[in-house]
Amino acid sequence: MSRPEDTLAADIHYDDVEARKYTTSSRIKNIQASMSSRALELLNLQSPSLILDVGCGSGLSGEMLSSVPADEGGPHVWVGMDISASMLDVALQRDVDGDLLLADMGQGVPFRAGTFDAAISISAIQWLCNAESSETSPSGRLSRFFNGLYASLRRGGRAVCQFYPKNDAQRHMITAAAVKAGFGAGILEDDPETKNVKLYLVLTAGASVAGGKGQDITGVVKGMDGVDVLDSRRRGPKSGKGEIKKGSKIWILNKKEQMERKGKIVKATSKYTGRKRRVQF
Amino acid sequence: MKVLTLNFLTCAVKTCKASSDSFPLHPKDAELVHDDLEINPQLLVNVLPRLDWTALRTTSTELGFPELPEQPPSAETLEADEAMLKELHNLLVETQMMEGKLVCGHCGHEYAVREGIANFLLPSHLV
Repeated sequence: MSRPEDTLAADIHYDDVEARKYTTSSRIKNIQASMSSRALELLNLQSPSLILDVGCGSGLSGEMLSSVPADEGGPHVWVGMDISASMLDVALQRDVDGDLLLADMGQGVPFRAGTFDAAISISAIQWLCNAESSETSPSGRLSRFFNGLYASLRRGGRAVCQFYPKNDAQRHMITAAAVKAGFGAGILEDDPETKNVKLYLVLTAGASVAGGKGQDITGVVKGMDGVDVLDSRRRGPKSGKGEIKKGSKIWILNKKEQMERKGKIVKATSKYTGRKRRVQF
Repeated sequence: MKVLTLNFLTCAVKTCKASSDSFPLHPKDAELVHDDLEINPQLLVNVLPRLDWTALRTTSTELGFPELPEQPPSAETLEADEAMLKELHNLLVETQMMEGKLVCGHCGHEYAVREGIANFLLPSHLV
């Protein structure tokens, strides 16, 4: 099934017909509800908060925010932004509690600094990787969005964005843009390696005062069970030369080049250079 | 568009970022609606330090409300005073702007509000 992002721009794809289909489909409602509650779990809000819903659409995730019971820290007040007027129309018809904004997240987040306690985004930010006109580029849109989001969150605020990257390149592009904006970033993969893998980009805006020491991004999942942490940042004492393993083919070729430069006689390189020999026993 | 949100919205135009006039946006020809909503005292106390009280006074006067006191209440006084909580709740959460325009004090750009939704889509030369 082709991705909607590959066919049309977000505001054109989600017209009235599509908006109605999206919001009345029970399958989509269930998936969006479960992703929203997972995102809420990751946000770990202790008291009623002001939340930004990016790409709120018809308010499926917003409804979850408004209905968090008091013993779980709710109910929350939220402001949603979406680029599709049709989706927002459906949200109006469903009488959602949050305020709605017709806005393009790739143009920024029009709120003053430190406004929101948290931000949530379900199935939206992958649309930033598409630029519709020649005046904008995906990297431009991504950086404007993440910079705006960082500014509009209060210090210590968290943002959780569930998204569907087309490929690894998109995933890296989005994460890199978030890190460049100043966020502490991590990705939570639910059901990894399956067809139903869900990716949550968890971002922290600055150190949290209440968190105490060790306010690393991995602190977000510290309390949750069933989560393995793969920290790609931690590396042991790195060897001076870098990562080329001694004895490997690349190492051999580098060595041959070095000797040639020195003026020594070096055998010609062929397809047999550095080839794994047959095990002799 | 709750009055609470109006206290946080700024002009989205890039050149307005540096100016202090781009906040708050000034409502023009505003049509207000009053909704009866359940009061959330914890949220009001939580949001209180982040409210720009001067801006709130400006906005509430522009919308035709009686003038707010010059100094914001502290968190303790607010928590204790139920009447004040109700008043703030009435102004911030229950009063909603349905139609009208939001004007930037710096660049003059007007954002239309239709059925409570503000249109913040900008033409590309302003982003």
